[in-house]
Amino acid sequence: MTAPATVRNAIRVRGLVKRYGDNTVLDAIDLDVPEGSVFALLGPNGAGKTTAVHIITTLLRPDAGEVLVGGVDIARHPDQARRLIGLTGQVSAVDPQFTGVENLTLMADLHHLGRQRGRTRVRELIEQFDLGEAAGRPVQTWSGGMRRRLDLAMTLVGEPRILFLDEPTTGLDPRSRRVMWDIVRDVVADGVTVFLTTQYLEEADRLAGRIVLLDGGRVVAAGTPTELKRLVPGGSVRLEFGSQAQLDLAAETLVGGERDELALALEVPGDGGVQALRSLLDRLDAASVVVDALSVRPADLDDVFLSLTGRRDGGEESPQ
Amino acid sequence: MNANAIPDAVTMFRRSLRRMRRYPSLTLFIAGIPVVLMLLFVYVFGSTLGAGLGGAGSAGVSGDRAAYIAYVVPGILLIAVAGAGQGTAISIAMDMTAGIIARFRTMAIARSSVLAGHLLGAVLQTLLATAIVVAVALLIGFRPTTGPLAWLAALGLLALAATAVSALSAGLGLAANSVETASNTPMFLTLLPFLGSGFVPASSMPGPLGWFAEHQPFTPITETLRGLLVGTPIGDSALIAVLWCVGIALLGFAWALRLYERLPERPGA
Repeated sequence: MTAPATVRNAIRVRGLVKRYGDNTVLDAIDLDVPEGSVFALLGPNGAGKTTAVHIITTLLRPDAGEVLVGGVDIARHPDQARRLIGLTGQVSAVDPQFTGVENLTLMADLHHLGRQRGRTRVRELIEQFDLGEAAGRPVQTWSGGMRRRLDLAMTLVGEPRILFLDEPTTGLDPRSRRVMWDIVRDVVADGVTVFLTTQYLEEADRLAGRIVLLDGGRVVAAGTPTELKRLVPGGSVRLEFGSQAQLDLAAETLVGGERDELALALEVPGDGGVQALRSLLDRLDAASVVVDALSVRPADLDDVFLSLTGRRDGGEESPQ
Repeated sequence: MNANAIPDAVTMFRRSLRRMRRYPSLTLFIAGIPVVLMLLFVYVFGSTLGAGLGGAGSAGVSGDRAAYIAYVVPGILLIAVAGAGQGTAISIAMDMTAGIIARFRTMAIARSSVLAGHLLGAVLQTLLATAIVVAVALLIGFRPTTGPLAWLAALGLLALAATAVSALSAGLGLAANSVETASNTPMFLTLLPFLGSGFVPASSMPGPLGWFAEHQPFTPITETLRGLLVGTPIGDSALIAVLWCVGIALLGFAWALRLYERLPERPGA
Protein backbone atom coordinates (compact mmCIF):
# COMPACT_ATOMS: atom_id res chain seq x y z
CA MET A 1 0.00 0.00 0.00
CA THR A 2 2.84 2.40 -0.73
CA ALA A 3 1.48 3.55 -4.05
CA PRO A 4 -1.60 5.72 -3.75
CA ALA A 5 -4.70 3.61 -4.24
CA THR A 6 -5.97 4.17 -7.74
CA VAL A 7 -9.51 5.41 -7.69
CA ARG A 8 -11.62 3.31 -10.01
CA ASN A 9 -13.62 5.10 -12.60
CA ALA A 10 -17.34 4.52 -12.41
CA ILE A 11 -17.66 6.01 -15.87
CA ARG A 12 -15.01 6.28 -18.53
CA VAL A 13 -15.80 7.82 -21.89
CA ARG A 14 -13.37 8.12 -24.77
CA GLY A 15 -13.85 9.86 -28.09
CA LEU A 16 -17.61 9.87 -27.97
CA VAL A 17 -19.19 11.10 -31.20
CA LYS A 18 -22.86 11.44 -32.09
CA ARG A 19 -24.18 12.94 -35.28
CA TYR A 20 -27.64 13.53 -36.64
CA GLY A 21 -27.06 14.01 -40.35
CA ASP A 22 -24.69 16.95 -40.70
CA ASN A 23 -25.27 18.04 -37.17
CA THR A 24 -22.51 16.89 -34.83
CA VAL A 25 -24.07 16.80 -31.39
CA LEU A 26 -21.09 15.32 -29.57
CA ASP A 27 -17.66 15.94 -30.98
CA ALA A 28 -15.20 13.43 -29.52
CA ILE A 29 -15.72 13.96 -25.81
CA ASP A 30 -13.77 12.24 -23.03
CA LEU A 31 -15.10 11.95 -19.50
CA ASP A 32 -13.87 10.28 -16.33
CA VAL A 33 -16.02 9.97 -13.26
CA PRO A 34 -14.36 8.46 -10.18
CA GLU A 35 -16.38 6.04 -8.12
CA GLY A 36 -18.43 7.59 -5.35
CA SER A 37 -18.14 11.14 -6.62
CA VAL A 38 -20.64 13.66 -7.92
CA PHE A 39 -19.95 14.75 -11.44
CA ALA A 40 -21.76 17.56 -13.23
CA LEU A 41 -22.03 18.02 -16.95
CA LEU A 42 -22.77 21.68 -17.26
CA GLY A 43 -23.77 23.51 -20.38
CA PRO A 44 -26.37 25.63 -22.10
CA ASN A 45 -29.38 24.21 -23.90
CA GLY A 46 -28.34 22.20 -26.94
CA ALA A 47 -24.80 21.61 -25.69
CA GLY A 48 -25.25 17.84 -25.99
CA LYS A 49 -25.68 17.00 -22.30
CA THR A 50 -28.79 14.88 -22.68
CA THR A 51 -27.40 13.10 -25.72
CA ALA A 52 -24.31 12.17 -23.71
CA VAL A 53 -26.46 10.83 -20.86
CA HIS A 54 -28.64 8.88 -23.26
CA ILE A 55 -25.62 7.23 -24.84
CA ILE A 56 -24.01 6.33 -21.53
CA THR A 57 -27.30 4.90 -20.23
CA THR A 58 -27.68 2.74 -23.39
CA LEU A 59 -30.70 4.60 -24.78
CA LEU A 60 -28.80 5.86 -27.82
CA ARG A 61 -26.02 4.35 -29.85
CA PRO A 62 -22.95 6.49 -30.47
CA ASP A 63 -21.39 6.90 -33.92
CA ALA A 64 -17.93 6.46 -32.44
CA GLY A 65 -16.21 6.15 -29.11
CA GLU A 66 -16.03 3.87 -26.14
CA VAL A 67 -18.05 3.93 -22.94
CA LEU A 68 -17.27 1.89 -19.84
CA VAL A 69 -19.77 1.91 -17.01
CA GLY A 70 -18.53 0.24 -13.85
CA GLY A 71 -15.82 -1.26 -16.01
CA VAL A 72 -18.39 -2.78 -18.38
CA ASP A 73 -18.30 -1.96 -22.08
CA ILE A 74 -21.87 -0.85 -22.77
CA ALA A 75 -21.67 -1.71 -26.45
CA ARG A 76 -20.80 -5.32 -25.73
CA HIS A 77 -22.71 -6.01 -22.53
CA PRO A 78 -25.54 -3.50 -22.34
CA ASP A 79 -27.65 -5.57 -19.94
CA GLN A 80 -24.73 -5.97 -17.56
CA ALA A 81 -24.24 -2.20 -17.58
CA ARG A 82 -27.97 -1.61 -17.12
CA ARG A 83 -27.86 -3.58 -13.87
CA LEU A 84 -25.48 -0.97 -12.43
CA ILE A 85 -27.23 2.19 -13.45
CA GLY A 86 -30.35 4.19 -12.87
CA LEU A 87 -31.54 7.18 -14.88
CA THR A 88 -33.94 9.91 -13.96
CA GLY A 89 -34.36 11.88 -17.13
CA GLN A 90 -35.99 15.15 -18.04
CA VAL A 91 -39.10 13.49 -19.33
CA SER A 92 -41.09 12.17 -16.40
CA ALA A 93 -40.70 8.39 -16.34
CA VAL A 94 -43.64 7.61 -14.11
CA ASP A 95 -46.90 5.99 -15.12
CA PRO A 96 -49.38 8.78 -14.41
CA GLN A 97 -52.43 6.50 -14.49
CA PHE A 98 -51.16 4.48 -11.56
CA THR A 99 -50.60 5.31 -7.93
CA GLY A 100 -47.21 5.96 -6.37
CA VAL A 101 -47.23 2.57 -4.66
CA GLU A 102 -48.10 0.85 -7.94
CA ASN A 103 -45.33 2.63 -9.78
CA LEU A 104 -42.77 1.68 -7.16
CA THR A 105 -44.04 -1.89 -6.96
CA LEU A 106 -43.70 -2.23 -10.74
CA MET A 107 -40.02 -1.34 -10.35
CA ALA A 108 -39.61 -3.79 -7.47
CA ASP A 109 -41.12 -6.53 -9.65
CA LEU A 110 -38.87 -5.71 -12.59
CA HIS A 111 -35.87 -5.88 -10.27
CA HIS A 112 -37.15 -9.26 -9.05
CA LEU A 113 -36.96 -8.23 -5.41
CA GLY A 114 -39.63 -10.73 -4.42
CA ARG A 115 -42.87 -9.90 -2.65
CA GLN A 116 -41.53 -9.34 0.86
CA ARG A 117 -38.38 -7.41 -0.01
CA GLY A 118 -40.23 -5.48 -2.66
CA ARG A 119 -42.84 -4.28 -0.21
CA THR A 120 -40.25 -3.29 2.35
CA ARG A 121 -38.24 -1.36 -0.24
CA VAL A 122 -41.35 0.44 -1.52
CA ARG A 123 -42.30 1.42 2.03
CA GLU A 124 -38.77 2.67 2.75
CA LEU A 125 -38.69 4.84 -0.35
CA ILE A 126 -42.14 6.30 0.26
CA GLU A 127 -40.96 7.34 3.70
CA GLN A 128 -37.54 8.59 2.56
CA PHE A 129 -39.06 10.69 -0.22
CA ASP A 130 -41.96 11.91 1.90
CA LEU A 131 -44.61 10.59 -0.47
CA GLY A 132 -46.80 9.00 2.17
CA GLU A 133 -49.94 11.12 1.97
CA ALA A 134 -50.26 10.81 -1.81
CA ALA A 135 -48.89 7.30 -2.27
CA GLY A 136 -52.32 5.77 -2.87
CA ARG A 137 -53.52 8.33 -5.41
CA PRO A 138 -52.96 8.21 -9.19
CA VAL A 139 -49.79 10.13 -10.00
CA GLN A 140 -51.58 12.37 -12.52
CA THR A 141 -53.11 14.20 -9.56
CA TRP A 142 -49.71 14.92 -8.00
CA SER A 143 -47.69 18.13 -8.04
CA GLY A 144 -44.61 18.46 -10.25
CA GLY A 145 -42.19 18.34 -7.34
CA MET A 146 -43.74 15.18 -5.95
CA ARG A 147 -43.68 13.48 -9.33
CA ARG A 148 -40.03 14.30 -9.67
CA ARG A 149 -39.40 12.76 -6.27
CA LEU A 150 -41.32 9.64 -7.23
CA ASP A 151 -39.36 9.51 -10.48
CA LEU A 152 -36.12 9.44 -8.54
CA ALA A 153 -37.49 7.00 -5.97
CA MET A 154 -38.40 4.61 -8.81
CA THR A 155 -34.86 4.84 -10.13
CA LEU A 156 -33.52 3.98 -6.70
CA VAL A 157 -35.68 0.87 -6.15
CA GLY A 158 -32.99 -1.30 -7.69
CA GLU A 159 -30.22 0.41 -5.69
CA PRO A 160 -28.11 1.45 -8.68
CA ARG A 161 -24.39 1.97 -8.12
CA ILE A 162 -24.31 4.80 -10.62
CA LEU A 163 -27.12 7.31 -10.76
CA PHE A 164 -27.76 9.58 -13.75
CA LEU A 165 -29.79 12.71 -13.18
CA ASP A 166 -30.59 14.68 -16.30
CA GLU A 167 -31.49 18.21 -15.23
CA PRO A 168 -33.11 16.98 -12.02
CA THR A 169 -34.40 20.34 -10.88
CA THR A 170 -35.33 22.10 -14.12
CA GLY A 171 -38.78 23.56 -13.69
CA LEU A 172 -38.93 23.06 -9.95
CA ASP A 173 -39.66 25.83 -7.50
CA PRO A 174 -36.81 26.81 -5.17
CA ARG A 175 -38.14 24.79 -2.25
CA SER A 176 -38.54 21.59 -4.29
CA ARG A 177 -35.10 22.21 -5.74
CA ARG A 178 -33.60 22.30 -2.26
CA VAL A 179 -35.41 19.08 -1.37
CA MET A 180 -33.94 17.43 -4.47
CA TRP A 181 -30.46 18.60 -3.54
CA ASP A 182 -30.83 17.11 -0.08
CA ILE A 183 -31.95 13.83 -1.57
CA VAL A 184 -28.98 13.76 -3.93
CA ARG A 185 -26.63 14.37 -1.00
CA ASP A 186 -28.24 11.47 0.88
CA VAL A 187 -27.76 9.18 -2.10
CA VAL A 188 -24.13 10.19 -2.39
CA ALA A 189 -23.64 9.52 1.29
CA ASP A 190 -24.61 5.92 0.55
CA GLY A 191 -21.63 5.65 -1.80
CA VAL A 192 -23.52 6.01 -5.06
CA THR A 193 -21.74 7.73 -7.96
CA VAL A 194 -23.86 10.56 -9.33
CA PHE A 195 -23.65 11.87 -12.90
CA LEU A 196 -25.65 15.05 -13.12
CA THR A 197 -26.44 17.39 -15.97
CA THR A 198 -27.58 20.88 -15.32
CA GLN A 199 -27.77 24.31 -16.84
CA TYR A 200 -27.78 25.87 -13.41
CA LEU A 201 -24.36 26.96 -12.31
CA GLU A 202 -25.42 27.13 -8.71
CA GLU A 203 -26.52 23.50 -8.81
CA ALA A 204 -23.22 22.27 -10.21
CA ASP A 205 -21.35 24.42 -7.71
CA ARG A 206 -23.28 23.09 -4.75
CA LEU A 207 -23.42 19.42 -5.60
CA ALA A 208 -20.54 18.44 -7.79
CA GLY A 209 -16.95 17.64 -6.93
CA ARG A 210 -16.00 17.85 -10.57
CA ILE A 211 -17.54 19.76 -13.42
CA VAL A 212 -17.17 19.43 -17.15
CA LEU A 213 -18.39 22.36 -19.17
CA LEU A 214 -19.88 21.30 -22.47
CA ASP A 215 -20.65 23.69 -25.29
CA GLY A 216 -21.60 22.85 -28.84
CA GLY A 217 -20.76 19.19 -28.28
CA ARG A 218 -17.22 19.86 -27.08
CA VAL A 219 -15.64 19.90 -23.66
CA VAL A 220 -14.58 23.50 -23.12
CA ALA A 221 -13.42 23.23 -19.51
CA ALA A 222 -13.08 20.66 -16.77
CA GLY A 223 -12.12 20.68 -13.12
CA THR A 224 -13.35 21.23 -9.61
CA PRO A 225 -15.63 24.22 -9.11
CA THR A 226 -12.69 26.08 -7.55
CA GLU A 227 -10.36 25.23 -10.42
CA LEU A 228 -12.91 26.39 -12.93
CA LYS A 229 -13.42 29.66 -11.11
CA ARG A 230 -9.68 30.22 -11.20
CA LEU A 231 -9.76 29.90 -14.99
CA VAL A 232 -11.24 33.29 -15.43
CA PRO A 233 -10.64 36.57 -13.77
CA GLY A 234 -13.68 37.75 -11.97
CA GLY A 235 -14.83 38.54 -8.54
CA SER A 236 -14.77 41.88 -6.82
CA VAL A 237 -14.42 43.61 -3.51
CA ARG A 238 -17.22 45.87 -2.39
CA LEU A 239 -16.43 48.70 -0.03
CA GLU A 240 -19.04 50.79 1.75
CA PHE A 241 -18.51 54.22 3.20
CA GLY A 242 -20.21 56.49 5.69
CA SER A 243 -20.27 59.64 3.57
CA GLN A 244 -20.07 61.00 0.04
CA ALA A 245 -16.71 62.57 0.85
CA GLN A 246 -15.23 59.26 1.90
CA LEU A 247 -16.56 57.62 -1.27
CA ASP A 248 -15.03 60.37 -3.44
CA LEU A 249 -11.72 60.00 -1.70
CA ALA A 250 -11.75 56.23 -2.13
CA ALA A 251 -12.67 56.50 -5.81
CA GLU A 252 -9.68 58.81 -6.34
CA THR A 253 -7.39 56.38 -4.58
CA LEU A 254 -8.63 53.21 -6.29
CA VAL A 255 -8.97 54.05 -9.95
CA GLY A 256 -11.16 51.69 -11.96
CA GLY A 257 -13.71 51.02 -9.26
CA GLU A 258 -17.40 51.18 -9.98
CA ARG A 259 -19.36 53.69 -7.90
CA ASP A 260 -22.71 53.00 -6.38
CA GLU A 261 -23.85 56.49 -5.37
CA LEU A 262 -27.05 55.38 -3.68
CA ALA A 263 -25.38 52.91 -1.36
CA LEU A 264 -22.21 55.01 -1.03
CA ALA A 265 -20.26 51.97 -2.18
CA LEU A 266 -17.39 51.23 -4.48
CA GLU A 267 -16.91 47.92 -6.26
CA VAL A 268 -13.32 47.13 -7.15
CA PRO A 269 -12.31 44.22 -9.37
CA GLY A 270 -10.14 41.67 -7.62
CA ASP A 271 -10.08 38.07 -6.62
CA GLY A 272 -10.37 38.79 -2.91
CA GLY A 273 -7.12 37.03 -2.04
CA VAL A 274 -5.48 37.95 1.26
CA GLN A 275 -2.52 39.72 -0.39
CA ALA A 276 -4.72 41.74 -2.69
CA LEU A 277 -7.01 42.71 0.17
CA ARG A 278 -4.12 43.75 2.36
CA SER A 279 -2.65 46.03 -0.28
CA LEU A 280 -6.07 47.45 -1.02
CA LEU A 281 -6.62 48.33 2.63
CA ASP A 282 -3.09 49.68 2.96
CA ARG A 283 -3.71 52.09 0.12
CA LEU A 284 -6.97 53.25 1.64
CA ASP A 285 -5.26 53.66 5.01
CA ALA A 286 -2.52 55.73 3.43
CA ALA A 287 -5.18 57.99 1.95
CA SER A 288 -6.97 58.10 5.34
CA VAL A 289 -10.21 56.70 3.97
CA VAL A 290 -12.52 55.16 6.56
CA VAL A 291 -14.19 52.00 5.30
CA ASP A 292 -17.47 51.13 6.98
CA ALA A 293 -17.92 47.70 5.51
CA LEU A 294 -16.16 45.33 3.16
CA SER A 295 -17.43 42.31 1.32
CA VAL A 296 -15.81 39.98 -1.16
CA ARG A 297 -17.71 38.46 -4.09
CA PRO A 298 -15.58 35.61 -5.37
CA ALA A 299 -15.58 34.64 -9.01
CA ASP A 300 -18.50 32.35 -9.59
CA LEU A 301 -19.28 29.82 -12.25
CA ASP A 302 -21.39 32.46 -13.92
CA ASP A 303 -18.19 34.24 -14.86
CA VAL A 304 -16.68 31.00 -16.13
CA PHE A 305 -19.77 30.23 -18.13
CA LEU A 306 -19.88 33.66 -19.64
CA SER A 307 -16.27 33.78 -20.63
CA LEU A 308 -16.12 30.24 -22.02
CA THR A 309 -19.41 30.00 -23.84
CA GLY A 310 -20.01 33.64 -24.61
CA ARG A 311 -23.41 33.38 -23.00
CA ARG A 312 -24.93 34.19 -19.67
CA ASP A 313 -26.12 30.99 -18.02
CA GLY A 314 -28.14 28.58 -20.10
CA GLY A 315 -31.21 28.95 -17.94
CA GLU A 316 -31.93 32.35 -19.47
CA GLU A 317 -35.24 31.33 -20.89
CA SER A 318 -36.58 30.88 -17.41
CA PRO A 319 -37.69 27.32 -16.64
CA GLN A 320 -41.43 26.82 -17.02
CA MET B 1 -29.36 -13.57 -20.08
CA ASN B 2 -33.05 -13.63 -20.92
CA ALA B 3 -33.85 -15.85 -17.97
CA ASN B 4 -36.20 -13.14 -16.78
CA ALA B 5 -38.03 -12.70 -20.07
CA ILE B 6 -41.09 -14.58 -18.89
CA PRO B 7 -41.44 -13.13 -15.36
CA ASP B 8 -40.89 -9.65 -16.85
CA ALA B 9 -43.53 -10.29 -19.52
CA VAL B 10 -45.93 -11.34 -16.74
CA THR B 11 -45.16 -8.12 -14.85
CA MET B 12 -45.83 -6.11 -17.98
CA PHE B 13 -49.04 -8.07 -18.61
CA ARG B 14 -50.20 -7.27 -15.09
CA ARG B 15 -49.54 -3.61 -15.85
CA SER B 16 -51.84 -3.88 -18.91
CA LEU B 17 -54.46 -5.68 -16.86
CA ARG B 18 -54.42 -3.04 -14.16
CA ARG B 19 -54.80 -0.29 -16.74
CA MET B 20 -57.72 -2.16 -18.31
CA ARG B 21 -59.41 -2.59 -14.95
CA ARG B 22 -58.95 1.01 -14.02
CA TYR B 23 -59.94 2.47 -17.37
CA PRO B 24 -62.62 0.14 -18.76
CA SER B 25 -63.88 2.76 -21.22
CA LEU B 26 -61.47 1.69 -23.98
CA THR B 27 -62.74 -1.90 -23.85
CA LEU B 28 -66.34 -0.65 -23.98
CA PHE B 29 -65.44 1.61 -26.89
CA ILE B 30 -63.85 -1.29 -28.77
CA ALA B 31 -67.06 -3.31 -28.25
CA GLY B 32 -69.30 -0.35 -29.07
CA ILE B 33 -68.56 0.02 -32.77
CA PRO B 34 -69.21 -3.63 -33.72
CA VAL B 35 -72.36 -3.65 -31.59
CA VAL B 36 -73.69 -0.59 -33.43
CA LEU B 37 -72.73 -2.13 -36.79
CA MET B 38 -74.44 -5.35 -35.83
CA LEU B 39 -77.69 -3.57 -34.92
CA LEU B 40 -77.47 -1.57 -38.14
CA PHE B 41 -76.87 -4.56 -40.36
CA VAL B 42 -79.42 -6.79 -38.65
CA TYR B 43 -82.30 -4.32 -38.28
CA VAL B 44 -81.75 -1.96 -41.24
CA PHE B 45 -80.27 -4.21 -43.94
CA GLY B 46 -80.92 -7.60 -42.35
CA SER B 47 -84.18 -8.51 -44.02
CA THR B 48 -83.02 -7.65 -47.53
CA LEU B 49 -79.53 -9.10 -47.14
CA GLY B 50 -80.97 -12.21 -45.52
CA ALA B 51 -83.26 -12.73 -48.51
CA GLY B 52 -80.29 -12.37 -50.85
CA LEU B 53 -78.19 -14.97 -49.10
CA GLY B 54 -80.02 -17.84 -50.79
CA GLY B 55 -78.34 -21.06 -49.85
CA ALA B 56 -75.40 -19.31 -48.18
CA GLY B 57 -77.33 -18.70 -44.97
CA SER B 58 -77.41 -21.30 -42.29
CA ALA B 59 -80.00 -23.98 -42.72
CA GLY B 60 -82.94 -24.43 -40.44
CA VAL B 61 -83.38 -20.81 -39.39
CA SER B 62 -86.71 -19.32 -40.26
CA GLY B 63 -87.06 -15.76 -41.45
CA ASP B 64 -84.66 -13.68 -43.54
CA ARG B 65 -83.54 -11.42 -40.71
CA ALA B 66 -82.90 -14.35 -38.36
CA ALA B 67 -80.92 -16.03 -41.14
CA TYR B 68 -78.87 -12.89 -41.55
CA ILE B 69 -78.08 -12.66 -37.84
CA ALA B 70 -76.62 -16.14 -38.03
CA TYR B 71 -74.64 -15.14 -41.10
CA VAL B 72 -73.28 -11.78 -39.91
CA VAL B 73 -72.23 -12.44 -36.31
CA PRO B 74 -68.83 -14.02 -37.22
CA GLY B 75 -68.09 -10.98 -39.43
CA ILE B 76 -69.09 -8.64 -36.62
CA LEU B 77 -66.84 -10.50 -34.19
CA LEU B 78 -63.94 -10.00 -36.58
CA ILE B 79 -64.80 -6.31 -36.87
CA ALA B 80 -64.34 -6.22 -33.10
CA VAL B 81 -61.00 -8.01 -33.43
CA ALA B 82 -59.83 -5.69 -36.21
CA GLY B 83 -61.10 -2.60 -34.41
CA ALA B 84 -59.21 -3.57 -31.28
CA GLY B 85 -56.04 -3.29 -33.37
CA GLN B 86 -56.58 0.44 -33.46
CA GLY B 87 -56.69 0.54 -29.67
CA THR B 88 -53.51 -1.52 -29.47
CA ALA B 89 -51.65 0.74 -31.90
CA ILE B 90 -52.78 3.85 -30.02
CA SER B 91 -51.87 2.54 -26.60
CA ILE B 92 -48.45 1.35 -27.78
CA ALA B 93 -47.74 4.64 -29.55
CA MET B 94 -48.78 6.53 -26.42
CA ASP B 95 -46.69 4.31 -24.20
CA MET B 96 -43.63 4.81 -26.39
CA THR B 97 -43.85 8.58 -26.06
CA ALA B 98 -44.20 8.23 -22.29
CA GLY B 99 -41.03 8.47 -20.28
CA ILE B 100 -41.64 5.14 -18.59
CA ILE B 101 -40.55 3.28 -21.74
CA ALA B 102 -37.20 5.07 -21.66
CA ARG B 103 -36.93 3.91 -18.07
CA PHE B 104 -37.64 0.30 -19.06
CA ARG B 105 -35.00 0.56 -21.76
CA THR B 106 -32.30 1.59 -19.30
CA MET B 107 -33.14 -1.44 -17.16
CA ALA B 108 -32.00 -5.00 -17.67
CA ILE B 109 -35.38 -6.15 -18.94
CA ALA B 110 -35.73 -8.46 -21.92
CA ARG B 111 -36.92 -6.21 -24.70
CA SER B 112 -39.48 -8.73 -25.83
CA SER B 113 -41.12 -8.60 -22.39
CA VAL B 114 -42.44 -5.07 -22.79
CA LEU B 115 -44.04 -5.94 -26.13
CA ALA B 116 -45.26 -9.34 -24.99
CA GLY B 117 -47.01 -7.72 -22.01
CA HIS B 118 -48.72 -5.28 -24.35
CA LEU B 119 -49.76 -8.06 -26.73
CA LEU B 120 -51.18 -10.32 -24.02
CA GLY B 121 -53.11 -7.36 -22.66
CA ALA B 122 -54.40 -6.47 -26.11
CA VAL B 123 -55.54 -10.04 -26.79
CA LEU B 124 -57.38 -10.19 -23.50
CA GLN B 125 -58.99 -6.83 -24.15
CA THR B 126 -60.10 -8.00 -27.59
CA LEU B 127 -61.64 -11.13 -26.13
CA LEU B 128 -63.49 -9.08 -23.52
CA ALA B 129 -64.84 -6.85 -26.27
CA THR B 130 -65.94 -9.84 -28.34
CA ALA B 131 -67.65 -11.28 -25.24
CA ILE B 132 -69.72 -8.10 -25.03
CA VAL B 133 -70.56 -8.40 -28.74
CA VAL B 134 -71.59 -12.03 -28.30
CA ALA B 135 -73.80 -11.09 -25.35
CA VAL B 136 -75.64 -8.48 -27.44
CA ALA B 137 -75.87 -10.93 -30.36
CA LEU B 138 -77.50 -13.49 -28.08
CA LEU B 139 -79.93 -10.83 -26.87
CA ILE B 140 -81.08 -10.01 -30.39
CA GLY B 141 -81.62 -13.61 -31.31
CA PHE B 142 -78.30 -15.12 -32.38
CA ARG B 143 -78.39 -18.84 -31.61
CA PRO B 144 -75.20 -20.81 -32.12
CA THR B 145 -76.23 -24.27 -33.26
CA THR B 146 -73.02 -26.15 -32.53
CA GLY B 147 -71.72 -27.66 -29.29
CA PRO B 148 -69.40 -26.39 -26.52
CA LEU B 149 -66.35 -27.96 -28.11
CA ALA B 150 -66.89 -25.97 -31.30
CA TRP B 151 -67.46 -22.82 -29.25
CA LEU B 152 -64.18 -23.41 -27.48
CA ALA B 153 -62.49 -23.80 -30.85
CA ALA B 154 -64.14 -20.55 -31.97
CA LEU B 155 -62.74 -18.81 -28.88
CA GLY B 156 -59.30 -20.21 -29.70
CA LEU B 157 -59.52 -18.95 -33.26
CA LEU B 158 -60.64 -15.51 -32.08
CA ALA B 159 -57.69 -15.41 -29.68
CA LEU B 160 -55.34 -16.41 -32.49
CA ALA B 161 -56.79 -13.78 -34.82
CA ALA B 162 -56.54 -11.21 -32.03
CA THR B 163 -52.89 -12.14 -31.52
CA ALA B 164 -52.19 -11.63 -35.22
CA VAL B 165 -54.02 -8.29 -35.33
CA SER B 166 -52.38 -7.09 -32.09
CA ALA B 167 -48.89 -8.00 -33.27
CA LEU B 168 -49.41 -6.24 -36.57
CA SER B 169 -50.97 -3.23 -34.82
CA ALA B 170 -48.09 -3.11 -32.35
CA GLY B 171 -45.79 -2.74 -35.35
CA LEU B 172 -48.04 -0.07 -36.84
CA GLY B 173 -48.12 1.74 -33.51
CA LEU B 174 -44.33 1.65 -33.22
CA ALA B 175 -43.83 2.69 -36.84
CA ALA B 176 -46.10 5.72 -36.41
CA ASN B 177 -44.31 8.90 -35.48
CA SER B 178 -47.35 10.28 -33.68
CA VAL B 179 -50.35 8.99 -31.79
CA GLU B 180 -52.61 10.42 -34.53
CA THR B 181 -50.89 8.35 -37.20
CA ALA B 182 -51.09 5.31 -34.96
CA SER B 183 -54.85 5.75 -34.70
CA ASN B 184 -55.24 5.95 -38.48
CA THR B 185 -52.97 3.31 -39.96
CA PRO B 186 -54.76 0.23 -38.52
CA MET B 187 -58.11 1.43 -39.88
CA PHE B 188 -57.78 -0.62 -43.07
CA LEU B 189 -58.04 -3.70 -40.84
CA THR B 190 -61.61 -2.74 -39.95
CA LEU B 191 -62.50 -2.61 -43.64
CA LEU B 192 -61.21 -6.10 -44.39
CA PRO B 193 -64.13 -8.11 -42.95
CA PHE B 194 -66.40 -6.09 -45.30
CA LEU B 195 -64.21 -6.94 -48.30
CA GLY B 196 -64.49 -10.64 -47.53
CA SER B 197 -67.25 -12.99 -46.55
CA GLY B 198 -68.14 -11.20 -43.34
CA PHE B 199 -71.33 -9.49 -44.49
CA VAL B 200 -72.19 -10.98 -47.88
CA PRO B 201 -70.71 -14.02 -49.64
CA ALA B 202 -67.40 -13.25 -51.34
CA SER B 203 -68.69 -15.02 -54.44
CA SER B 204 -71.26 -12.26 -54.91
CA MET B 205 -68.56 -9.65 -55.58
CA PRO B 206 -67.37 -8.78 -59.10
CA GLY B 207 -64.02 -9.58 -60.78
CA PRO B 208 -60.83 -8.56 -58.94
CA LEU B 209 -62.74 -7.56 -55.81
CA GLY B 210 -64.26 -11.03 -55.69
CA TRP B 211 -60.83 -12.59 -56.10
CA PHE B 212 -59.43 -10.42 -53.31
CA ALA B 213 -62.40 -11.22 -51.10
CA GLU B 214 -61.87 -14.96 -51.64
CA HIS B 215 -58.18 -14.88 -50.84
CA GLN B 216 -57.60 -12.28 -48.14
CA PRO B 217 -56.90 -13.66 -44.65
CA PHE B 218 -60.15 -12.54 -43.02
CA THR B 219 -62.26 -14.73 -45.32
CA PRO B 220 -60.99 -18.15 -44.19
CA ILE B 221 -61.12 -16.88 -40.58
CA THR B 222 -64.72 -15.77 -41.08
CA GLU B 223 -65.68 -19.06 -42.76
CA THR B 224 -64.09 -21.13 -39.99
CA LEU B 225 -65.71 -19.04 -37.27
CA ARG B 226 -69.08 -19.31 -38.98
CA GLY B 227 -68.70 -23.06 -39.24
CA LEU B 228 -67.74 -23.33 -35.59
CA LEU B 229 -70.73 -21.24 -34.48
CA VAL B 230 -73.60 -22.11 -36.81
CA GLY B 231 -72.37 -25.30 -38.44
CA THR B 232 -71.74 -24.22 -42.04
CA PRO B 233 -69.12 -26.30 -43.89
CA ILE B 234 -65.51 -25.34 -43.00
CA GLY B 235 -63.41 -27.38 -45.41
CA ASP B 236 -59.79 -26.28 -45.63
CA SER B 237 -60.62 -22.78 -44.32
CA ALA B 238 -59.55 -23.77 -40.82
CA LEU B 239 -56.02 -24.68 -41.83
CA ILE B 240 -55.63 -21.62 -44.05
CA ALA B 241 -56.99 -19.39 -41.27
CA VAL B 242 -54.56 -20.78 -38.70
CA LEU B 243 -51.62 -20.41 -41.09
CA TRP B 244 -52.54 -16.80 -41.86
CA CYS B 245 -52.90 -15.97 -38.16
CA VAL B 246 -49.65 -17.62 -37.10
CA GLY B 247 -47.78 -16.08 -40.03
CA ILE B 248 -49.08 -12.57 -39.43
CA ALA B 249 -48.52 -12.88 -35.67
CA LEU B 250 -44.91 -13.99 -36.06
CA LEU B 251 -44.04 -11.43 -38.73
CA GLY B 252 -45.87 -8.69 -36.85
CA PHE B 253 -44.08 -9.49 -33.59
CA ALA B 254 -40.67 -9.67 -35.28
CA TRP B 255 -41.32 -6.35 -37.00
CA ALA B 256 -42.54 -4.71 -33.79
CA LEU B 257 -39.53 -6.03 -31.88
CA ARG B 258 -37.16 -4.63 -34.48
CA LEU B 259 -38.84 -1.25 -34.34
CA TYR B 260 -38.69 -1.33 -30.54
CA GLU B 261 -34.97 -2.09 -30.59
CA ARG B 262 -34.45 0.70 -33.06
CA LEU B 263 -36.24 3.24 -30.85
CA PRO B 264 -32.94 4.49 -29.45
CA GLU B 265 -32.08 6.01 -32.79
CA ARG B 266 -34.87 8.50 -32.44
CA PRO B 267 -33.50 11.87 -31.49
CA GLY B 268 -35.20 14.09 -28.99
CA ALA B 269 -36.64 13.77 -25.52
